[in-house]
Amino acid sequence: MMRWNMKIKKLKEFLKIALNNKMALVGMVTLLFFILLAIFGPIFFPFSTMEFGEVEDILLPPSAEHLLGTDDMGRDILANLISGARISLLIGGVATAISMGIGTLIGIMSGYFGKGIDNLLMRFTDFFLVIPWLPLMMVLAAILGTSLWNIIFVIGITGWAGTARVVRSQTLSIKERQFVERTVSIGASNTHIMVHHILPNVFPLIFANTVLVAAVAIVSETTLSFLGLGDPATASWGMMLHYAFESGATSARAYWYYLPPGICVVMVVLSFTLLGYAFDEILNPKLRGR
Amino acid sequence: MHKGTIAKKLFYAFVTIMIVLVFNYILFRVLPGDPLAMMMRNPKATPEMIEGIKHFYGLDQPWHIQFFTYFKNMFAGDFGTSFVFKAPVIQVVAGRILPTVLLVGLAEIIAILVGIVIGVLAAWKRGTRLDVGTLGFSLITYSVPTFWLGMIMIVIFCVGLHLFPTSGMFTPGKSFISTGAMLHDLVKHMVLPVLTMSLVLIGEYALTMRNTLIDVLSEDYITTARAKGFRERYVLTKHALPNAMLPMITIIAINFGFIVAGAIQVETIFSWPGLGRLMYEALSARDYPLLQGIFLLVTVCVIVANVLADITYAYIDPRVKN
Repeated sequence: MMRWNMKIKKLKEFLKIALNNKMALVGMVTLLFFILLAIFGPIFFPFSTMEFGEVEDILLPPSAEHLLGTDDMGRDILANLISGARISLLIGGVATAISMGIGTLIGIMSGYFGKGIDNLLMRFTDFFLVIPWLPLMMVLAAILGTSLWNIIFVIGITGWAGTARVVRSQTLSIKERQFVERTVSIGASNTHIMVHHILPNVFPLIFANTVLVAAVAIVSETTLSFLGLGDPATASWGMMLHYAFESGATSARAYWYYLPPGICVVMVVLSFTLLGYAFDEILNPKLRGR
Repeated sequence: MHKGTIAKKLFYAFVTIMIVLVFNYILFRVLPGDPLAMMMRNPKATPEMIEGIKHFYGLDQPWHIQFFTYFKNMFAGDFGTSFVFKAPVIQVVAGRILPTVLLVGLAEIIAILVGIVIGVLAAWKRGTRLDVGTLGFSLITYSVPTFWLGMIMIVIFCVGLHLFPTSGMFTPGKSFISTGAMLHDLVKHMVLPVLTMSLVLIGEYALTMRNTLIDVLSEDYITTARAKGFRERYVLTKHALPNAMLPMITIIAINFGFIVAGAIQVETIFSWPGLGRLMYEALSARDYPLLQGIFLLVTVCVIVANVLADITYAYIDPRVKN
């Protein structure tokens, strides 16, 4: 518990530095905006998003009634965009959590046990690192079927390899420190050491890695949905772009249809990327002042 | 590089390919929703028909024999028959390789060259507007989904300016009077897909080039070279650049998976008749043998390319040799 308290204190210091970093600040504010939008947005825009509109409502340009116009099925785009924020952030969040969980577990075990286990786990990691991620996801999603949770599972299970590598190398260095040696000598179990001594020390690194994995997860969701592997019952940003492309919104010059979802994706991913870049600068003092 | 190290790398690549084969086998046969289960769900299928299908796919054999047959077929290049094209997968795939190689190869060459130039300029003029612009450009292109960038390209250059055709490799139904006219048509169709693909890649190459060059420029031997009185340009091109190029090779290798993803999206958006578009078509029609064949081919290519990059790197960098 002591150790975790210390880490939380360190995390607070870290956040303090992050708030002074312009890039991190922009990233955090943008992200906060979308999270609030996802949580509270539907309260202010109680449009039913999946219900089809009337024929005369199809592809209407922005107006007072429909601030961002309507899509090819007469649905309000702003309402869809807001519920899309929910879906996209949900998929991004849960898939990231799965990836971080697998990556941390494999990374710590690999680094801590070393030898045969390390070799085996790292070959397994290399496999996931080297095979092209989009074809893998496409094949997995096609076979599992297109539901929201399958998409989350597919993204989560393919995105952990980088994290495992980073965590492993950090574990290797922590393992050699004296306090670990001391804990071993008083007879602590491997699990105890990994959970109570190694994990808190790799935590800052995992934290910084999370934002990069989240960025990839959001892009993956958008791409998979665009390719027709999204859950047809949900209105994620990727699904909106899928319908926009399929219905020929680009040649119909329906800019209100194909622009907003794309801009939202870019903003969310960009804010994660900015945070990642800033964290990298904060954690690696060598890069500072570049 | 030590011969043993090369052998080790080749061995690991071989192991990875074997894992991919096993993985592929399990994926398409054991998981729910396999094509046969879908066929058998057809209420019109009689027990005899199901038996017939099972026998046709060898599913009435014990699993270890099925497994062995699968490996034998894979190594013989027999990936089965495409549901949609009613032709051997290998034949369908072979016809689509050239367009993809053309698109990806050209985009990659452009991206590497432009990326290096921008990266060097940014590192050289560090802290200037050019440098900040490079960083901004890189972070933004990194965050834009490739397919959406393609859509925006179509909106600007095809719908708006009417400069280029939106899809395909040649104008359909057109007969060409000369090779020159044909090439002209091809180039017109290629501009946007290649541009989209390169734009996505340039940012990362530029940023990598910039960061490594800045690292290298702070090394002692650069200070030594400057102290010797060499001109700045000479130090940059003869001392710094050759060393800064090394990490580029690694980044290019790591990027292969990313390039594949880009090709699938760009080819889908622009209806480019390559492997990526074929994969999308196979996916939409749930043409499992075809999907499996492309997946294997692409994966093996990426693994082999990675090993080649590894070996090249060790060959160029004398420090890795020892």
